[in-house]
Amino acid sequence: MTDPARRRRRPAVRAVATAAALTLVAPLAACGSGGDGGTPTINLYYPPEQNMQKVVDDCNAEAGGRYKIAYRVLPRQADDQRVQLVRRLAAEDTGMDVLGLDVTWTQEFASADWIREWTGQDKAEVEQGTLAGPLDTARYQGKLYGAPKHTNVQLLWYRTDLVQQPPKTWDDMISAAQELKGQGKPYQFLTMGAQYEGLVVLYNTLAASAGGKILSDDGKQAVMDEGAVRALDQLKRLATAGVTSPSFSNATEDPVRLEFQAGNGAFQVNWPFVYPALQEADPELAKKVKWARVPGVDADTPSKVTIGGANMAVSAYSKHPEESFEAARCLRNAKNQKFSAVKDGVPPTIEKVYDDPEMDEAYPMKETILEELKEPATRPLTPAYQSISTVMSAILSPPADIRPEQTADELRDAIADALESKGVLP
Amino acid sequence: MSVNATPAGARVAAEESGKPAVPAQHSGRRSKAPLSENKKAERKLGWLLCAPAALVMVLVTAYPIIYSVWLSLQRFDLRFPDERKFVGLENYVTVLTNGFWWTAFGVTALITVVTVVVELVLGMGLALIMHRTLVGRGIVRTAALIPYGIVTVVAAFSWRYAWTPGTGYLANLFSDGAPLTERASSLAIIMLAEIWKTTPFMALLLMAGLALVPEDLLKAASTDGATAWQRFTKVMLPVMKPAILVALLFRTLDAFRVFDNIFVLTAGGNETSSVSMLAYNNLIRGLNLGIGSTMSVLIFLTVAVIAFVFVKLFGTAAPGSDEGERR
Repeated sequence: MTDPARRRRRPAVRAVATAAALTLVAPLAACGSGGDGGTPTINLYYPPEQNMQKVVDDCNAEAGGRYKIAYRVLPRQADDQRVQLVRRLAAEDTGMDVLGLDVTWTQEFASADWIREWTGQDKAEVEQGTLAGPLDTARYQGKLYGAPKHTNVQLLWYRTDLVQQPPKTWDDMISAAQELKGQGKPYQFLTMGAQYEGLVVLYNTLAASAGGKILSDDGKQAVMDEGAVRALDQLKRLATAGVTSPSFSNATEDPVRLEFQAGNGAFQVNWPFVYPALQEADPELAKKVKWARVPGVDADTPSKVTIGGANMAVSAYSKHPEESFEAARCLRNAKNQKFSAVKDGVPPTIEKVYDDPEMDEAYPMKETILEELKEPATRPLTPAYQSISTVMSAILSPPADIRPEQTADELRDAIADALESKGVLP
Repeated sequence: MSVNATPAGARVAAEESGKPAVPAQHSGRRSKAPLSENKKAERKLGWLLCAPAALVMVLVTAYPIIYSVWLSLQRFDLRFPDERKFVGLENYVTVLTNGFWWTAFGVTALITVVTVVVELVLGMGLALIMHRTLVGRGIVRTAALIPYGIVTVVAAFSWRYAWTPGTGYLANLFSDGAPLTERASSLAIIMLAEIWKTTPFMALLLMAGLALVPEDLLKAASTDGATAWQRFTKVMLPVMKPAILVALLFRTLDAFRVFDNIFVLTAGGNETSSVSMLAYNNLIRGLNLGIGSTMSVLIFLTVAVIAFVFVKLFGTAAPGSDEGERR
C-alpha cells in the first residue's frame, strides 16, 4: 500500500481495483474458513439431481446449526464426475466432505485411502434395513465405506399386444422375436450394446445369471469360469440371431428408449426411467407395455440382474468427519430416499420404503424391482474396476464377433493385467 | 513473429551471377580463429543476460521431466498405494508390447504426416495470396487468421455438432450415417479440423519467409526467362528454405501431440486415440502413474527425435538464430 504509484491513481480506478481484488479473494475466504459462527460447512459433492437441494435444505433444518451442508454439483457425465473427484482427492483437497460415488467407484476410493470407514453407531444405522445387494457395493475387504443412497436395476419391458407371456429365458425371447419377425410384426429386441459401461452391465447380468464368475470372491484373481463362457455364448447368440436393431453395437440408454418408443421393438431391457418417459411421449403405447424380471440363461434359474446406484462416502481429508457422517446419514435416510424416489426417480436402498403407499404411483413396477434387488448381481468389486470395465467393453465389442472360448481367454488376461496395474487402457 | 534466418550471402551471390541461386549453406561451423577480447566480453554478457531465463526454464521443465522418468520406473497406481515399488524398465516393456499403444502411435503418425503435408501446401498458397494481395491486405490477413484465433476446444465442438446426424449441417449433407462413429470417417474429420485450424499458422510463418525473397532477384529471374513455376521452385523455395523448415518443425511437433480435437470429437472411440489421449486415459482416468508416465516419457523421446532429425539432417535453423552468421 505504500507504493507511490498506487497513490497517484484516481479514486475510481482504485475502487475498481479494490473490487476486483475482493472478487478474487472472496471465494478463497469461503473455502478457507469452516463456515460462519462456528457452524461447520459440509461440502457435498454430488451428481446433478433435480430435487437434491430440497433434501439438503431439509437436513440443514434438522441439523439445528450443528452443520450446514452446501450442495456442490458435479458434472453430468459419470466419467467427468470421477475425474474431478480423483484429481482433487489425489491432491488431498480438504474442501470436500461428503461424496456421492457411483457404486463401482467405492472400492477404488477405499483402496486409495481417500474415504473413511463407517464405524460404530453410523455403521449400525446404515446397515439397518438396507438391502443386501446395495450394501455389498459399499464394502471393501469386509469394512463398510459407503452408505447406499439409491440403487437401480434394469427390467424387461415387453409389448402385451405382441407377446402374451414374458419370456423366462433369453433363448425363449430370441425365438419369440424370430416368430414375430416371420409374421411381419414389430419384433426387435432392444438393449445397450455400444462399447461402454452399458455393454459390461449386460454381460455381467448374463454371467451372474449363468452362475459364472468373472473375478474370484476376494476380487484378486481373474477367473472367467465355465459360466462366464456360457454367458459369452449367450451374448453372441443374442447379437447374431437377427432380432436386434441394426444399431445394437452402437446403442446407449437413450437411443434404445427412443427406438422402443418409436414402436420398433417387441422387447427392451433398460432402466426404469423409460416408463415415465414412455407414458409422457406415447400414452397409447405405454398402455400396451408391461414389465417383467430380466430373462435368465437357464430355464429353471431366475436371472440375477446387475445393480447400479450411488453410495455416500466421507472424504479422508474432510476437516469435519463427525458432522460429515451425520450429514451423509441424513441425506440417505428413509424419508429422503422416498422423496428422491418419487421426485427424481431413483429407487431406494432401504427395503421398507417400498411399502410406502406413495411409492405405488411413481413405481407401478416396484414389486419386480424389489424381486430383482433381493437376488442381485454386483459388478466385480475391486479397486481396479474402472480399468477392468474399460478393457472388457473393448474386448466384448462388437458382441456379434465374440468367440466364446477365445474371448474368455482374452478377457482373463486383460483383467489379470488390470488387477496388477499392468494393463494399458485404450 | 519474425523468422530472421536470412541467408545474407544468397542475395549477393544471386545478384552477381544473375541466376536463380541456391543459398549458400551455412552449417553453423565456427571459425577457428581466437576471439578478440571485445567479442569474448560480449559473449560473456550474452550468457549472463540469458542466465535467469535459462535457469527458470530448467527449474520449470527439468523437474517434471525427471520426475516422470522416475515415476515411469515404478509400479505406482494410486488405487493400490501399498504396492508401490521400483520395477525398472517393466513399464516400458508393457507399453511397447501393447497393441493399444501401437495403434495410437500409428494414428498419431498418420495424423501428423497428412496434416503437416496438407497444411504446408495450403499454407503456402494462402501465404502467396496474402503476400500478393494489393487491396484490403489487412482484411484478407485478419480473415485468414480467424480459425487460428478460435480456441481449439470450441472449434472442435462446432465440428462435432456439424457432423452429428440430425443437428449437423455437414452430416446431413455428406452422409446418411453418423460419420463420427466410424474409424475412417472419424480420422478424416479429425484431420480436417486440425488442418482448418492450423493452416493459418503455417501461412503466417511462410509469409514471413516470403518477405525475405528479394524482389530484384525475382525480376532478374524473369528477365532471364524463368517461368512463374521456375521462379517459385528455383528462387523462392530455396530462399525460403529456413522458414519452411522452421514452420514444418513447429507443426510436426504440435501435430504429434494432438489431443483436444480428438478429445472432443471422438474421445478416442473406434481406435482414434492419439498417444497423448492414451497417456491421459492411463494417467487421469486410470490413475496408473507408472504406465501413464512411461507413455509421457515415450512421447517426449519421440518429439525429441523429431526435433533432432529436423535440426541435424535438414539443417533447420533454431528459430531466432542467424545461421552461423555470428559477429
